[in-house]
Amino acid sequence: MALEQILKPQDYATDVHNDWCPGCGDFGILRTIQMALAELKLDPYRVAMVSGIGCSAKTIHYIKTYGVHTLHGRVLPVAQGVKLANPGLEVVAVGGDGDGMGIGGAHFVNAGRRNLDMLYVLFDNGVYGLTKGQASPTLKLGVQTKSLAHPNINEAVNPIWLALAAGATWVGRGYSYDVKHLKDLIIQGIRHRGYAFLDVLQPCPTYNDINTKEWYGGEDRAEMNGGRPLPRVYKLEAEAFDPEVHDPSEIELKASKALEKSLEWGDRIPIGVFYRNEHVPIYGDRIQQRIPTYYTTPPAVQTIAGPRGEPLTDLSKLLDRLTIKPS
Amino acid sequence: MTGKPPKVNDLSWMIGGPQGSGVDSSANAFARACAHGGLNVFGKREYYSNIKGEHSYFTVRAVTGTVRSHIDETHVLATFDAETAFRHVREVTDDGAIVYDPGLGKTRISDVPTIEPRLEEELRTYLIARGLGETLGDMLASAKQRGVALVPIPYSDLLTKVADEFKVDALSKIARMVNMLAVGASFGILHFDFETLVKALDDVFRSKSGIVKMNTSAARKAYDLGASLAPDLAYRLESIPRPEPRLFLSGSQATALGKLYGGLRVQTYYPITPASDESEFLESNEVLELKEPEEADSHFVKDKGASVLVVQTEDEISSVTMACGAALTGARAATATSGPGFCLMMEGIGYSSINEIPLVITLYQRAGPSTGMPTRHEQGDLRFALHAGHGESPRILLASGDFEEMIRDAVHSLNFAERYQMPVIHLVDKALANNSGTIPVPDLSDLRIDRGLLLTDGAGFSAEHPYKRFDLRNGPVSARAVIGQHGTLFWNTGDEHDEFGHITEDPGLRDMMMEKRDAKLQLAAKDIADPIKFHYVGPKDAETVIVSWGSTKGAILDALDRLRAEKASVGFLQLRLLNPFPGEAVMAHLAKAKRRIDIEMNFSGQLGGLIRERTGVDCTHHVVKYNGRPMSSSEVYDAVERIIHGKAEKRTVLTLGA
Repeated sequence: MALEQILKPQDYATDVHNDWCPGCGDFGILRTIQMALAELKLDPYRVAMVSGIGCSAKTIHYIKTYGVHTLHGRVLPVAQGVKLANPGLEVVAVGGDGDGMGIGGAHFVNAGRRNLDMLYVLFDNGVYGLTKGQASPTLKLGVQTKSLAHPNINEAVNPIWLALAAGATWVGRGYSYDVKHLKDLIIQGIRHRGYAFLDVLQPCPTYNDINTKEWYGGEDRAEMNGGRPLPRVYKLEAEAFDPEVHDPSEIELKASKALEKSLEWGDRIPIGVFYRNEHVPIYGDRIQQRIPTYYTTPPAVQTIAGPRGEPLTDLSKLLDRLTIKPS
Repeated sequence: MTGKPPKVNDLSWMIGGPQGSGVDSSANAFARACAHGGLNVFGKREYYSNIKGEHSYFTVRAVTGTVRSHIDETHVLATFDAETAFRHVREVTDDGAIVYDPGLGKTRISDVPTIEPRLEEELRTYLIARGLGETLGDMLASAKQRGVALVPIPYSDLLTKVADEFKVDALSKIARMVNMLAVGASFGILHFDFETLVKALDDVFRSKSGIVKMNTSAARKAYDLGASLAPDLAYRLESIPRPEPRLFLSGSQATALGKLYGGLRVQTYYPITPASDESEFLESNEVLELKEPEEADSHFVKDKGASVLVVQTEDEISSVTMACGAALTGARAATATSGPGFCLMMEGIGYSSINEIPLVITLYQRAGPSTGMPTRHEQGDLRFALHAGHGESPRILLASGDFEEMIRDAVHSLNFAERYQMPVIHLVDKALANNSGTIPVPDLSDLRIDRGLLLTDGAGFSAEHPYKRFDLRNGPVSARAVIGQHGTLFWNTGDEHDEFGHITEDPGLRDMMMEKRDAKLQLAAKDIADPIKFHYVGPKDAETVIVSWGSTKGAILDALDRLRAEKASVGFLQLRLLNPFPGEAVMAHLAKAKRRIDIEMNFSGQLGGLIRERTGVDCTHHVVKYNGRPMSSSEVYDAVERIIHGKAEKRTVLTLGA
């Protein structure tokens, strides 16, 4: 799948006008996806970018690969449909937190159970931007962003915890203003053989006036740090956190550690890889056990008709079983 | 008995029992045995939304000629529990027979907790009117008063003998075999060739020779007893020569076969009655075989393997959108569901429509609204399927009326979805799904795969002349590329889009895209062949024309045979393509008839309304049914006969069925 010629990140950009708000965290994610695709030398024609609904979903229109902007919450079913029918494609799903954790919640849980070989990037900003700032499922209880009439009455879901519980086999978190770190995470997520989930903290400059770039960067805490911002975000790898399940016997231990880390919020917010486990068979391999030609002749590339349009599927054995012989 | 010659090979047989007691497999054995004896059979299955304990029953019609429906009367009723007898004794004809367990004679109606209060009251009234009490013995006595032959089969005695013979230590281990005893006894009183049953048991218990032997022995004992208890019943079954092979299948299997033949390669589904059977059949047969092409072709390379991938999803929203994703890669993709699941699929229909994604939804209608009666029949979703989804999203609706049509329409649906690049809803229903029976082996050699304007590569496109998925220049159908193809990048969105597939709110483009999508429907209306659009039977200028759609076809055709034998001038217009609507067929065959009878398995006469809307033609009479039980040919016959003789109101409601 790797390309011969070198493509630059801008070769993965369309000329579609980008209508995100100035300063939107989405720009960082878009840029890093294009960088990652270039660095992985992925053939644009072999990549399917799939998105849900909302600001984040417009991402696919700005990327020069196959792009499927789906319906609210349906990014994962469509992405899985593409991947299942043609497992040779590189599939990257993107969507917002309302899309993935709210209206698409059931799909999020069940994608984990399947463990298809694909990456899902969650644009996590705590608000529904395109509908003007309502609280999303990842906004914390009691937080009042600027469009809300009252402080948020719901507790937040924890995407990392939920992904682990659902069975994602690679779970990470990035920060859209740390482009290089985020790009590495996207590359790891794409390379991971299995279902990779990447939560990206992505400030919405228009509607989330609490979890801002300045807040994540700890600019309000400069006083306690000798006048320099004291970032809330820190990198797991900087603290020698080892997310890797080296052996299946470590699954419980590593999952527990990851869950523990996922609870950290507020003054210290971890980013990086929480969990990585390649000991769970991917869905394609499970199918391959039953359909021996699945990888060599997947559904998308099967020739179903002969030169004259005649159906090639041979029903004779099936019909034979249903036949009453002459009497 | 009267000494009249017996009625040979024109039988309506029924078996009933608690769910989970093997009613289905015994009926399957009975029907297969009849088929092995050369007879044609039609089976109808009725069951509750329940796993174990509630009453289910199965009727089998066995005849020499053609049979496409059930009738209301039962000639032989096979029971092994009290409830079946209580419920169905009244349906047995005076010259018929009832097989029953004499040990249950003292059971009272009130001892059967699964009989609904309304029915309990009705039965009690019925028995009191005949000067009888309220036990099963009384119920049977009421039948005997009418001349019905009673055939007591002491099931536990016979089972004890089987247990002794096969050294089974506990009777409970073979208690389930009562169902085959009931079948054996039925064949005994019908004096049918026992060897056909041996063949059928071999089919039913495939590759389990011990079980076959035991069941055969049990059935034989009951057969001999039955034959001795009712030596001269008015009904007989006789084996006849049948030189040509036939298929014995169910409707769910028929659709699945059609989908496989039509090149289906991905099927998604969420479990729902009565649609799941189709997906389960597909999954059980996921590894496929390929034929050689019809003519040798040096350029043609056959694939190394073929398969259909069946995915059970988390809900129907996922089913429909996952199928869209699969279709975008070039795989023929479909999903199958029933009303409640179809409700969840609407956003997928709109998405498929606006993005011109080939998508097939097989809709097994069942009694609604809401959960309705999950295991019961209705054709209540015509209007729903036609309009499901917000906005205006062109789709094709095709409705099958029998097994062969289910096979063919599954292929047509997959073809139309790709040819017109839009969703196709294949309407079937509970009755079709669960019916089973024999049909001539269909000749499918005329069927072709039509993938429409499908690009096989990106040749001819460049940076200067980029591929446009929704190209507006060459007619309403644009060349379709698939994800993964070199040179043909495209984008999809649920938003209105430009020619590349990017979001637009430009009013001019919006108009063009709306018109493009609709023009494809007009194209379909023009070039879909008449035999797919409709089917007309009867004289050209029939005085009375019945119009209907879907599974009522069998009952109507069987009723039509009787009506026409009586020289009635009556025809039947079966509409198959329901969108785009074949108005010309209505004008040609229905508009001028003196009596225009709309027959439908729903409350409001949805097709009748649609005909009026699309053609201005008003049906003079409506025959509807909505009690969840399919129409019988006898009901249809009676209703039409009354209409022809001016004895009916404008609207007739059919109410039969248990």
